[in-house]
Amino acid sequence: MNRQVAIELKNISKSFGSVYANKDISMCVYQGEILSILGENGSGKTTLMNMISGIYYPDSGHIIIDGEEAVISSPKDAFKYNIGMIHQHFKLVDVFSAVENIILGLSGSSILNMAAATKKVKEICDKYGFVVDLNKKIYEMSVSEKQTVEIIKVIYRGANILILDEPTAVLTPQETQKLFSILRKMRDDGKSIVIITHKLHEVLSLSDRVAVLRKGEYIGDVETKQTNEAQLTEMMVGKKVELNIERSEPVNTVERLEVKGISCINRDGIKILDNISFVANSGEILGIAGIAGSGQRELLESIAGLQKLNGGEILYHDPKTGFTENLRDKSPVRIKELGVRLSFVPEDRLGMGLVGNMDIVDNMMLRSYKKGKSFFLERKQPKNLALKIINDLEVVTPNENTPVRRLSGGNVQKVLVGREIASNPTVLMAAYPVRGLDINSSHLIYNLLNKQKENGVAVIFVGEDLDVLIDLCDRILVICAGGISGIVDARSTTKEEIGLLMTKTNRGDANES
Amino acid sequence: MIVAFIQRAIVQSIPLLFGSTGEIITEKSGNLNLGTAGVMYVGGICGVMGAFFYEQSVETVNPILAVIIPMLTCILGSALMGVIYSVLTVTLRANQNVTGLALTTFGVGFGNFFGGSLIKLTNADVPSIALSATSKCFKTTLPFADKLGIIGDLFFSYSFLAYVAVIIALITSFYFNRTRSGLHLRAVGENPATADAAGINVTVYKHTSIIIGSIIAGFGGLYYVMDYANGVWSNDGFGDRGWLAIALVIFAIWRPNVSILGSILFGGLFIVYNYIPDLSLSSQELFKMTPYVVTILVLIITSMRQKKESQPPASLGLPYFREER
Repeated sequence: MNRQVAIELKNISKSFGSVYANKDISMCVYQGEILSILGENGSGKTTLMNMISGIYYPDSGHIIIDGEEAVISSPKDAFKYNIGMIHQHFKLVDVFSAVENIILGLSGSSILNMAAATKKVKEICDKYGFVVDLNKKIYEMSVSEKQTVEIIKVIYRGANILILDEPTAVLTPQETQKLFSILRKMRDDGKSIVIITHKLHEVLSLSDRVAVLRKGEYIGDVETKQTNEAQLTEMMVGKKVELNIERSEPVNTVERLEVKGISCINRDGIKILDNISFVANSGEILGIAGIAGSGQRELLESIAGLQKLNGGEILYHDPKTGFTENLRDKSPVRIKELGVRLSFVPEDRLGMGLVGNMDIVDNMMLRSYKKGKSFFLERKQPKNLALKIINDLEVVTPNENTPVRRLSGGNVQKVLVGREIASNPTVLMAAYPVRGLDINSSHLIYNLLNKQKENGVAVIFVGEDLDVLIDLCDRILVICAGGISGIVDARSTTKEEIGLLMTKTNRGDANES
Repeated sequence: MIVAFIQRAIVQSIPLLFGSTGEIITEKSGNLNLGTAGVMYVGGICGVMGAFFYEQSVETVNPILAVIIPMLTCILGSALMGVIYSVLTVTLRANQNVTGLALTTFGVGFGNFFGGSLIKLTNADVPSIALSATSKCFKTTLPFADKLGIIGDLFFSYSFLAYVAVIIALITSFYFNRTRSGLHLRAVGENPATADAAGINVTVYKHTSIIIGSIIAGFGGLYYVMDYANGVWSNDGFGDRGWLAIALVIFAIWRPNVSILGSILFGGLFIVYNYIPDLSLSSQELFKMTPYVVTILVLIITSMRQKKESQPPASLGLPYFREER
C-alpha cells in the first residue's frame, strides 16, 4: 500500500505498579484515515493514546514520526509533532471563555490580543462548519459545545493527528452525526483521526480501519469494510460473546409505582420536571430515554425522596401489605424501607453511590449499617457480600479491602450496581448503570437487570444507548426538556422514532402559545 | 481629623496590601499559603537584621544602601520561606493547610528568636531594637508633599514602599487579565490537568508564583517595621496582620485592584477604635474584629450570588500529580 505513515509505534510498554497497561504494542496510523481503537475497559486504549499525547511516558519502546524517533514527554512535545488529543473528561477551564481556552498554553506576544485570536478561531470554525459562541464561558456551555471547543482547540494548534477518547459517550444521536460529518471533512483534508470507542456500530459506520486491544496487548487491525460486529467482538474479548440480550415476556405484571403529574422547579426557577405521569409495573423493565440533562436525574431522585416536588404525587403499591402509599411525603429512609432502590451512576461515579476512600466492604455497609441490634457493626455479612460481588461480577481488584477510589471506572460501577441489586428491592432504578463499561460487563449488568425483572421487580432503566434500550426494555418512556414526549413499546419502535421524540420541540411551543 | 484618620488607615493598609497581593498570586496558582503571617514576619525580621548589621558597621548610613540592604535581606528571607512551602506542597505534595500553619508557627518563632538575639546584642534596657537611621531613609517622602495641602497629605505623604505596594497590585491585576503568562497562571490554579495538557509547565508556574508571592508578602513585614513602627522591632508586635491579609484576599474576591481599596477599608476598620471616644478595652477588641466580620459578609454574599468568577480558584488547596487518576 502506498499510504503515508503518520505515526508508528514500536514495542511500546507501560505499567502502573505491577499491572501492565500496555504490553509490547506495535502499530501504525496513516495519513488521511479514521482509525478506531477498540477494546474493553482496562484494555489500555486510553493509556496508549495518552502516551502519544504526552500525558504518560512509555516505560519502553519507540514512537516514530516522519521516519525519526520522537520523544514525547509532555503535551507540549505532542503539539510539536502536531498531535492533539480530545480527552473523555474535557480539559477546559470553566471560568474562561472559549477563545481563552483555545489559546491557552500557546506562545506568542506576552500581552494578549483577544480580537486577533478570536478572528483566527472564527476562520477555523467557518472552514469545518463548527457552530459555537466564542465568547461564552465554558461553565455556561452544553457538553456538545464543550466538545466542539476542544476540537477547535486542537485544530488551532495545527494538529494533523487528532485523537478522540470516546467522543460520542455524551452526545445525542443527532449531535453524534454532526460530529462524524466534521470528522469526515477533516479526514478528507488529509488529517489522521484516531477514535477510541467501544460502540461497535459507530466503529463500523465511521472508521476506515479498526485496531483492537485486549488486556493491554495489540490483537490486530482490520479494514472496516472487511469486518463485522461478530468478528470485532471476538477480537475484543477473545471469545465469542452472545450479543443478544435475552428479553423475556413480562409475566404477572401489577402496577407497582404510579407517578401522577409531578412537577419540579429548580433554584433558578426553571421547570425541570413538567407534569410527568407514568406507571412502572412489576416484572417489567421501563426504559427512560432522553438527551442528558432532560430531567432524568430529577425524576429518579423525586421517586427516591431526594428531590422536593412542586406538585403531583407518587403512589407506591406495596406488594407485601397491599396498601398504597404516597411516597411524596416520605423521607428517603422510609422509602428505602419500602424497597425502592435507587442505583445512580452519574458521571461522577464516586459522587452519590460510593465513598472513594472506603474499601469495598465498608461501601457495602453503607446500605446495611442500620441492621443488627448490637452497638458494634456486623462486618461479616458485608464482607461476604463484597466477596460475592467481586466473584459474580468479575470485579478486578487486589482484594475486598482496596479503597474503591483505586479501582478503574468500570469496576467501581460493578461494585455499586452489585450492591444495589443485592438488597432485594421491589423497585430498582438504575441510571446509566453501564456508562463506561465494556461489552462484557455491560451484558453482565443487563442479565442482572433481567433477572430482577423475572423476580417481579419493577425496573426503571435510564440509558443512553438507544440500541440497548430497544433490546432490553419492555416499554420506553421518552423524556424531553422535563416533559414526557412519548411512551413507546420497545418491541415495535425504532431508533429514529425515539430520536425524534427526544428532540421533539412542539410540546414546548404549545406551552408558550 | 478625617484626613489624619484616612492617612493612618492607608499607612495601616500597606502591609495588608502587600500580604494580600502576594497571597493572591500564590492562590491563583492553586496553592493556599496559610503561612503568609509567618512569611511576613520573617520578611520583617530579615529586613531588621540587614539594617541592624549595616547600621552597626558604618559611622553614618548611606541612604541608598540603608534602603537596599534591608530590602535584599527581606527578599532573601521571604523567598526562602516561599521555597520551603513550595518544595513541601508542590514537589512533595504535602497538605497545604498543615504546611501553611506550620510555616506560620515557624516564621513567628524564627522572628522572635532572632529578634530576641539582636535585642541581647544591643544590651538595651527595653525589649526592642530601634533602627531610626534606617527608618528615616525608608520614610523619605516626596519633597513637594507638604506644599499641596490636603491633597498632598492624602496622596503624597507616604513613603516609597506604599506606592510600590499599590503599583505591584495594579501590575498584578494587569498581569492576570491581559497577559499570556497571567492566563496560564490562572489556568494552573483553576484546572492544573487542563493547563498541563495545554503544554503549560504547572510545576514551574506553581513554584514561581509561590516564591514571588512570598517575596511580595515579605515586603509587608518590612514596611511594617521600617515605616509603620518607625524602625522599632519588638517581638510579636506584628500582631494579626498576616491573617488579615488572608481575609483581605477573600474580601477582594481574588482581585489585586479591589484589594487596594479593600486594604484601606480594613486598615480603617482596624484602627477606627482610636477615633471613637470613651471606648472600654473590651469594646476596642470588638472593633478590631470588624475586618473579619466584613470578610464573612463578603463570603456570604459571593456564595449566595454563585457567580463563578468571584469564587476561589477551582483547584485551590489540591495537590497536582499528572499520573494520578
